[in-house]
Amino acid sequence: MSLRRPAKNQPENFEFNLSSLEAAKSIVAKYPEGKQQSAVMALLYIAQKQNDNWIPLAAMKYIAKFLNMPYIKVYEVATFYSMYNLSPVGKYFVQVCTTTPCMIRGANKLVEACKEKISEDESVLSNDKSCSWMEVECLGACVNAPMMQINDDYYEDLDKEKTLKILDKILNGEKPTPGSYRGRINNEPENNRKTLMDLKNA
Amino acid sequence: MLKDQDRIFQNLYNDLGPDLTSSQKRGDWVNTKEITDKGRDWIINEIKDSQLRGRGGAGFPTGLKWSFAPKEVGSRPHYLVINGDESEPGTCKDRDILRFEPHKLIEGCLIASYAIQAHVCYIYIRGEYFVDGQKLQAAIDEAYEKKLLGKNAAGTGWDLDIYIHYGAGAYICGEETALLESIEGKKGQPRLKPPFPALIGLYGCPTIINNVETIAVVPTILRRGGKWFASLGREKNTGTKIFCISGNVNNPCNVEEEMNIPLKDLIEVHAGGVIGGWDNLQAVIPGGSSMPLIPKDKCETLNMDFDSLVAEKSGLGTAGVVVINKDQDIIQCMARIARFYKHESCGQCTPCREGSGWMWRMLERMAKGEASKDEIDMLGDVTKQIEGHTICAFGEGSSWPVQGLLRHFKDEIKKRNKFDPIIKEKKNIPYLVDQHLLDKNA
Repeated sequence: MSLRRPAKNQPENFEFNLSSLEAAKSIVAKYPEGKQQSAVMALLYIAQKQNDNWIPLAAMKYIAKFLNMPYIKVYEVATFYSMYNLSPVGKYFVQVCTTTPCMIRGANKLVEACKEKISEDESVLSNDKSCSWMEVECLGACVNAPMMQINDDYYEDLDKEKTLKILDKILNGEKPTPGSYRGRINNEPENNRKTLMDLKNA
Repeated sequence: MLKDQDRIFQNLYNDLGPDLTSSQKRGDWVNTKEITDKGRDWIINEIKDSQLRGRGGAGFPTGLKWSFAPKEVGSRPHYLVINGDESEPGTCKDRDILRFEPHKLIEGCLIASYAIQAHVCYIYIRGEYFVDGQKLQAAIDEAYEKKLLGKNAAGTGWDLDIYIHYGAGAYICGEETALLESIEGKKGQPRLKPPFPALIGLYGCPTIINNVETIAVVPTILRRGGKWFASLGREKNTGTKIFCISGNVNNPCNVEEEMNIPLKDLIEVHAGGVIGGWDNLQAVIPGGSSMPLIPKDKCETLNMDFDSLVAEKSGLGTAGVVVINKDQDIIQCMARIARFYKHESCGQCTPCREGSGWMWRMLERMAKGEASKDEIDMLGDVTKQIEGHTICAFGEGSSWPVQGLLRHFKDEIKKRNKFDPIIKEKKNIPYLVDQHLLDKNA
């Protein structure tokens, strides 16, 4: 199990803004009547997005009222799932996969790059407060290893040099292009394709 | 090698585009009505004839699973749930289906929902695949627009709504009952079985749960016939499968191949060989991280299907092949996998919650050569005490890779960990916590 604790400094209040409220209502409508609790995961995402990428306790209380469920149930969900950030993270949130398939292709070099550019320790904001990084478990892009995720996007087929360049970009406030950084197309075997040849470049 | 015309996922590398028009050119959504007109029994029988086994890891026969759904809809509605919570290290096949072949999945959902009489289908996608989920959502919206979903979907007379539910980074939600808990808005902790979800599942209603790949191959099987699918591979291990080959190979890739393909072909032909040549191969994890590894000498002749791998005391799992060459420290590789399981245990059952941490810490010490000789057997003991003593199969998933390591690389561990902790002389140390280390006969 992973140990997760809410941040020490918490804002007093939280409320959905208009666009969040609209999104929340359309999500509740996806589930049968009386089963609105199902929407809690999606609503936590909405709160996280609205609140600079992390969820304060006030938001959990607000969501509990919104869905008419006990606060502790929302708290349970928010602390159980690892993608809900319970304390502030950078505007650019870098997650480096270090599970075995990435590890044996050199994921530790990516971690080194993050340590050099962002901060020595995991989950600590960079000097300009714009970035933070952490090691995560398998992100499910193993044939494109080593890889990392920045906010919603995947950056694949990396090495240390390429990672440093990507991190330079986000530290300058630019968004790097997601995808493979070795110029390969999706998941095809690079320069060694043996299947579906008629369709290639069709 | 499988002929190109027998490949189900023609757009695996996105040469043609995932949109509806190009999908229709590949044969999706053509005559869907003709398939459903043949009736539920025909569909289920055809899937049974095809001997399709679930692609999510356990390999349960799909036709049989569908037949468990109640024949008549009672007071409770039926649900179809698609498991796209792909998190097994080494596996990334469902992601490509979500991004590049979404219409195969959506059409499969319609046919499967019709067969099990569900009007609502939830697709559970892991939270990290948000971008890929958006692509699937775009395809779903497109299908609604063209009246392929919703009321009287695709002219079949069947009403179906599909919703996407995003996970939030919990591996355990790939377990079917944990997934249901997660959709219900709770912590993803697995339920006891029985009752099985086919009778009491989502919101207490009959629910069928299938993997993304399983559902995505269904329309093609029904179009080309169960016999065609059964003619590929071998008895009870039929059809095609997307293999993900990662790790120390020259060209890591996803490739759709026939079941029962030799592992060596998969690595040498499709993945461009092991880095440093075949002789540099150390071991292969054949089916995602929870399957025991297989040493090089057995890789020469191994065929990739459910039953051949079980005979080698491993399993096909999700067919995520992780190749490890001799440049890697095999103990460290397994220690990292143990750390993964320690991190992902849901914490419900004590043997798994505590044991997964023990295994990780022991393996870390073994990798550094700091463990004592007798700990090697103790580690084996711990795995045996987790396996089979938990609510879900996570216990097996976390202990099998360690057992695989002990089975094939015990000498390597012994060589590195020579330290003998037994205090030979009889000393009276009452405050020594590890009393069992004192040699009683000395």
